[in-house]
Amino acid sequence: MSSQNPEQRAEQGADQLPAQAEEERREQPVARTGMFGAKTTGDTSGYGRLVVRQSPKVTAPRPYGGPGGAAEPGEFDEIADELERALPDFGDAIERVVVHRGELTFFVRRERLLDVARTMRDEPSLRFELCSGVSGVHYPKDEGAELHSVVHLLSITHNRRVRLEVTCPDADPHVPSLVPVYPTNDWHERETYDFFGIVYDGHPALTRIEMPDDWVGHPQRKDYPLGGIPVEYRGAEIPPPDERRSYV
Amino acid sequence: MSSTKYTEYDAYAAEEAAASGEKQGRVFDVGGQDWDQVVSGAEDLGDERLVVNMGPQHPSTHGVLRLVLTLDGETVDDCRVGIGYLHTGIEKNMEYRTWTQGTTFCTRMDYLAPIFNETAYCLGVEKLLDVTDQVPERAQIIRVMMMELNRISSHLVAIATFGLELGATTVMLNGFIEREYTLDLFEEITGLRMNMAYVRPGGVAQDLPSGALSKIRDYLDRMPKRILALRKLLDENPVYLARTRDIAYLDLTGCMSLGITGPMLRATGLPWDLRKSQPYCGYETYDFEVATQDTCDVYGRYLVRMQEMEESLKIVEQCVERLQRVKGPVMIEDKKIGWPAQLAIGADGMGNSPRHIAHIMGTSMEALIHHFKLVTEGFRVPAGQAYSHIESPRGELGAHVVSDGGTRPYRVHFREPSFVNLQATPAMAEGGMVADVIAAVASIDPVMGGVDR
Repeated sequence: MSSQNPEQRAEQGADQLPAQAEEERREQPVARTGMFGAKTTGDTSGYGRLVVRQSPKVTAPRPYGGPGGAAEPGEFDEIADELERALPDFGDAIERVVVHRGELTFFVRRERLLDVARTMRDEPSLRFELCSGVSGVHYPKDEGAELHSVVHLLSITHNRRVRLEVTCPDADPHVPSLVPVYPTNDWHERETYDFFGIVYDGHPALTRIEMPDDWVGHPQRKDYPLGGIPVEYRGAEIPPPDERRSYV
Repeated sequence: MSSTKYTEYDAYAAEEAAASGEKQGRVFDVGGQDWDQVVSGAEDLGDERLVVNMGPQHPSTHGVLRLVLTLDGETVDDCRVGIGYLHTGIEKNMEYRTWTQGTTFCTRMDYLAPIFNETAYCLGVEKLLDVTDQVPERAQIIRVMMMELNRISSHLVAIATFGLELGATTVMLNGFIEREYTLDLFEEITGLRMNMAYVRPGGVAQDLPSGALSKIRDYLDRMPKRILALRKLLDENPVYLARTRDIAYLDLTGCMSLGITGPMLRATGLPWDLRKSQPYCGYETYDFEVATQDTCDVYGRYLVRMQEMEESLKIVEQCVERLQRVKGPVMIEDKKIGWPAQLAIGADGMGNSPRHIAHIMGTSMEALIHHFKLVTEGFRVPAGQAYSHIESPRGELGAHVVSDGGTRPYRVHFREPSFVNLQATPAMAEGGMVADVIAAVASIDPVMGGVDR
């Protein structure tokens, strides 16, 4: 069925995006509506009533494989095995394991994040001695786990990478700080607090880092508009872009 | 209305008007945050300590960086770093543009290493699209060549500004003039000297213009001598050695716990270079050495940067040799992803090539549809997340790319090496002399555009 024509082949390839069972997809929360994301009259695409649902939360089956693929047991299985051995209640600490695009992600329960990170760093067979920082992601539709704090770990000893993901609800945005284990996370956690409002318990001085100290709101959250802040210039105030005159 | 002719323009009119009681805008000063507390806290101690606010507009802080130093005589007792003065919300803006337009934003983060920002981002997008293997070989070679040229220009600025901050204008002038030649190459190839948005998801924006290779060859002939001249100026210079040797010591343990990568890490003796250890863009096929020193000080970091420039020249040479052999497209063949425009540099700058316009307007309806869909709406990226990492001139540059399956990034976060490495300033500066703070900051080589994003 594969065509020789590159254009046709590309089209067929696009149809073969990761398939999901229709009913499984329909259960997922809505990620966005419309095509271009325009909320008002800007959408001329005719796709205004399109509903795009979030991808289902998957758990990767064994074997996890390695960065090259998941056909046979690889280094990801080694990492998981070693962590399971070093952490007796692995099943309690790790909610699920995802292998996607050659990357291994452990979803860690937030109460156990410090344990897991310490084991990852100190266990000689794991030895993730370098932390590549924290990145926050806001999923407003992911009820009970709106805020995600994503940590990338690097093992120079074994030349491997792994990702730890922790979630917390918007109503209780607390995640334990990793500064005691990885001091480099000092600024990263301040940044994520600044942009997402995730409070890192145990951080030595959790203050804003990029925005001014008296700033209201956390700009990288999805409910925070782009622009929308009046600009003061030489005593005059210029309204935010979304409130300026429009011809609609 | 006042005249705009400069001979009639009164520069003091506004101030005079203000003095005579007219309404004036808000006055900004260097106070704010907990500055008053810091000052009064030091006053209460009643000792000889002095709190100095260095920056954010100090010429030797390498950009808009604020250092709050507590001094006991000439010794730094306490050092705190304040950043955020150049925060421009690049990551937020990228969520409102298509995946391809993202390169235009992220190229402006670390403005001395734009090609690296673009490549890190594009590798992340390609990983999510699962098309890493389909990027044409020629595009990968061009990427490598551009990155290595960019590494040279970035290191030249690092060394040049470093000289300037220590008071040596000769180093500055020499470094910047050589950088100009590198930027000329960028202009020749991409049309822009900085912020090129040249690397795109799926390949690069356009192929090399004719004659570019011979210009690069001229550059390759010229540069080794120039780097040697810089080395002659600095390597054994007693003044330079006195300012850099055993200054701002940070060993491997410190680097590991603070997450420091790049030349600072390699100056502790650990040959950790992502180009070798976790190769991307085909770096495993190039022949080069990882520069290391074991002195853990400013001088060692300088030597690492010098050697890296020489190694980069070697890589560029291999790229030129390959580019002569390897022909073919520079953008992924998949028409659903590859940017359709065949850009060309015309008399009025870069734009769509007349051939492409004729093709989409005259002969192919399907090409027109693809062009329209890709340019207005962009391609879709399957939901998921990916972390791509490359060795930028300052260390590990990572891009955490998250997609919800739409035509725009759901979230892009950059792990900027400048941001991470700058955290080491207190560790290197406290207990030393105040003059060495400047050397410490300069040896980190932070770019505030990258720190604040």
